[in-house]
Amino acid sequence: MNDISSVGDVVAVVLLLIGSFLCLTAGLGVLRFPDVLTRMHAGTKPQVLGFLLIMLGGAIRLQGWSTTWMLLLVAAFQMLTAPVSAHMISRVAYRRRHVRRDLLLVDDLRSGEARDSVYRGDEPADAPPEEPGRALVESRREDEVHRDDGAQREDGADRERPS
Amino acid sequence: MTVVYWLAYGLLAAGALLSLVRLARGPSLLDRVVATDTLLVIIAAGLAVHAALERDPTVVPVLVVVSLLAFVGSVSVARYIGGMMLRSPKNEPADQPAGEVPR
Repeated sequence: MNDISSVGDVVAVVLLLIGSFLCLTAGLGVLRFPDVLTRMHAGTKPQVLGFLLIMLGGAIRLQGWSTTWMLLLVAAFQMLTAPVSAHMISRVAYRRRHVRRDLLLVDDLRSGEARDSVYRGDEPADAPPEEPGRALVESRREDEVHRDDGAQREDGADRERPS
Repeated sequence: MTVVYWLAYGLLAAGALLSLVRLARGPSLLDRVVATDTLLVIIAAGLAVHAALERDPTVVPVLVVVSLLAFVGSVSVARYIGGMMLRSPKNEPADQPAGEVPR
């Protein structure tokens, strides 16, 4: 019963092995990458693709409609919830300056949400990457720089716009 | 068949161990949240691999519980860390529409 006897079994086993390999790559990426966003980028690979492959392999190998529906439910739930949790974690990570900003090439939120990234009060027990005072000073400087930048851009936009 | 068993469980165990190392070493709370999320997904994948290789559908309801638990855990910890974050005093318009961001 546990043997690999048909073509479907071979396909299922190959899918399971690919999914397991994706789990290994997730572990590697979570260990090796430098900050929260890149670690999450590596860690969500098995969360969608690997999990779907393993669910597909399981649905091929476990015959019976009830288990197939349950595996489908798990896969749909995973695809529904993975973006939500990733969004929340990355938003908090960005605002609390857990992001290596020197490694970013494009930072679209820099003038917008970075303004409230200065935290006061309840700091976590683990060390924040920057001093609160220095972060406050730097964020004020960033605000001024970007306010000027934005004003110039708005002027430019007004000039370009035919009135 | 034995080769498939060892290969699949070996890959899963290696991934789980690496994310466990990150869970222990992670410099910040959010790293630990990400590592816990990955670890729970790998555990669920291991349960599914066991169910598929043994043709044993008894652990399939456990999959539903584990994936739900991973989502609830990571979202609640993320909201908790976000609740620690207070706004800076000069940012009075709390609900500023995002359309004002210069692009």
